[in-house]
Amino acid sequence: MIVRRIQALGRSGLAFVQDAGHTSLFLFNSLVGRPDFIHGTERLIKQLYFVGVLSLLIITLSGLFIGMVLALQGYTTLVKFGAEQALGQLIALSLVRELGPVVGALLFAGRAGSALTAEIGLMKSSEQLSSMEMMGVDPLKRVIAPRFWAGQIAMPVLSLIFTAVAILGGYMVGVEWLGVDSGAFWANMQAAVDFDTDVVNGIIKSIVFGTVVTWIAVYQGIECEPTAEGIGRATTRTVVYSSLATLGLDFFLTAVMFGDT
Amino acid sequence: MKQNLDTIVEIRDLHFSRGTRVIFDGIDIDVKRGKVTAVMGPSGSGKTTLLRLIGGQLLPDSGIIKVEGENIPTLSRVQLYKVRRWIGMLFQSGALFTDLTVFENVAFPLREHTQLPESMIYDLVLMKLQAVGLRGARELMPSQLSGGMARRVALARALALDPLLIMFDEPFAGQDPITMGVLVKLIRLLNDSLGMTTIIVSHDVQETLTIADYVYVIADGRVIGQGTPKTLMESATGWVKQFIQGLPDGPVPFHYPAQDYARDLLGERVGENV
Repeated sequence: MIVRRIQALGRSGLAFVQDAGHTSLFLFNSLVGRPDFIHGTERLIKQLYFVGVLSLLIITLSGLFIGMVLALQGYTTLVKFGAEQALGQLIALSLVRELGPVVGALLFAGRAGSALTAEIGLMKSSEQLSSMEMMGVDPLKRVIAPRFWAGQIAMPVLSLIFTAVAILGGYMVGVEWLGVDSGAFWANMQAAVDFDTDVVNGIIKSIVFGTVVTWIAVYQGIECEPTAEGIGRATTRTVVYSSLATLGLDFFLTAVMFGDT
Repeated sequence: MKQNLDTIVEIRDLHFSRGTRVIFDGIDIDVKRGKVTAVMGPSGSGKTTLLRLIGGQLLPDSGIIKVEGENIPTLSRVQLYKVRRWIGMLFQSGALFTDLTVFENVAFPLREHTQLPESMIYDLVLMKLQAVGLRGARELMPSQLSGGMARRVALARALALDPLLIMFDEPFAGQDPITMGVLVKLIRLLNDSLGMTTIIVSHDVQETLTIADYVYVIADGRVIGQGTPKTLMESATGWVKQFIQGLPDGPVPFHYPAQDYARDLLGERVGENV
């Protein structure tokens, strides 16, 4: 009984190491090689449109609502202590440090990550990737690399837009509706948010999340079982793994960045 | 091994298995330059797998697969991609890029592998599309094409780089008689007029036999019959005869293995205590 458990543990350990090696090799093969600037830029812009621009609507709308809710919740608590002047600081810090990168990444995984997996999976199941290979064109470089870079670039930008819109939403509710002083709202925010520790760390977080989410999405796409069911499962896995990885990494990064302050 | 100039593809003692299932158990195949060679066999006999092995998309367990003297399984990734430029392959589904127009699909390999000016790409694409009769469909998207048209576009795309060798995976499967006739004519015509070598894997016996110069029949991982279509038709025996003539019963039984019919009807079910 115990031996069998140890065996199972060993097996899953080996499988994990193998998977990790496989995904790393996959990423390495996709990204390393002679860059083709002319065609590469063209493909990157196309993917940036699909991954980034098309995610704008959900990112801005969600940002707006999150900012509004934050202001509402923050105000009802702060006003009990007569500290509603600190609303700007509360909203900005929680958005810049946490909610912007994290919620941005979760939305990005749901909107762009799942689309990437489904698209690549469908290309695989309809033999488009195979036919590309047979034409002497490496699908890792032609299909995966531009999508990966696009995700990498789009995620931090989306996260910044999310944060900015959310702060605006917070302003609308806090200042325009609930009557917090506009000057205090912005002045406290400016005084409390430090560019190097807060904004830069937030951007670093979103770059890390962007990398991980896009990596998971393209890998799940290319490794999926090429059937309708397989693509469905791979898409689900992308969203689940990306969300868990984002939240887990967020804790780790927060501990490293802000743990000792 | 000395390279035989008449032979473009040379397969020797090829073994391949998926898990415990043996797909090829030591097969030898020669594809002669300039000829149409057909590989036939029932569904699941590994015909498509054979094409993928020749194209280097799968690695054999052992054996030699030489294309123009290059042993495919031993090539590096870079070398393999170089060799693939002069192999064209037509997938069963056509495998057109769904986000590109017909024109852009055919232009794809030219744009990827050549530095030709746009005007020349335009002319070349139109020539290839003209050859398959779809010059007028160049602005359509793959989703607007019928199955037969998609295959012809895929054929034009496979021809774009003027390959030495072109491989067809089940080109006739699921096609109506007119499309089938068009494809049969095109494959033969293009092979002869462009000086290419063609490999067809198919289980459509009649169509394949009308255009093939030489036929291999594979089953159970082995080559069980080979020859020109004429000799195969005349001399086939046993399994090959059943396959070529499409007989419902023979060495391959009509019935899936089961226990005695009468006992089955009497309710003595296998694995159940009735």
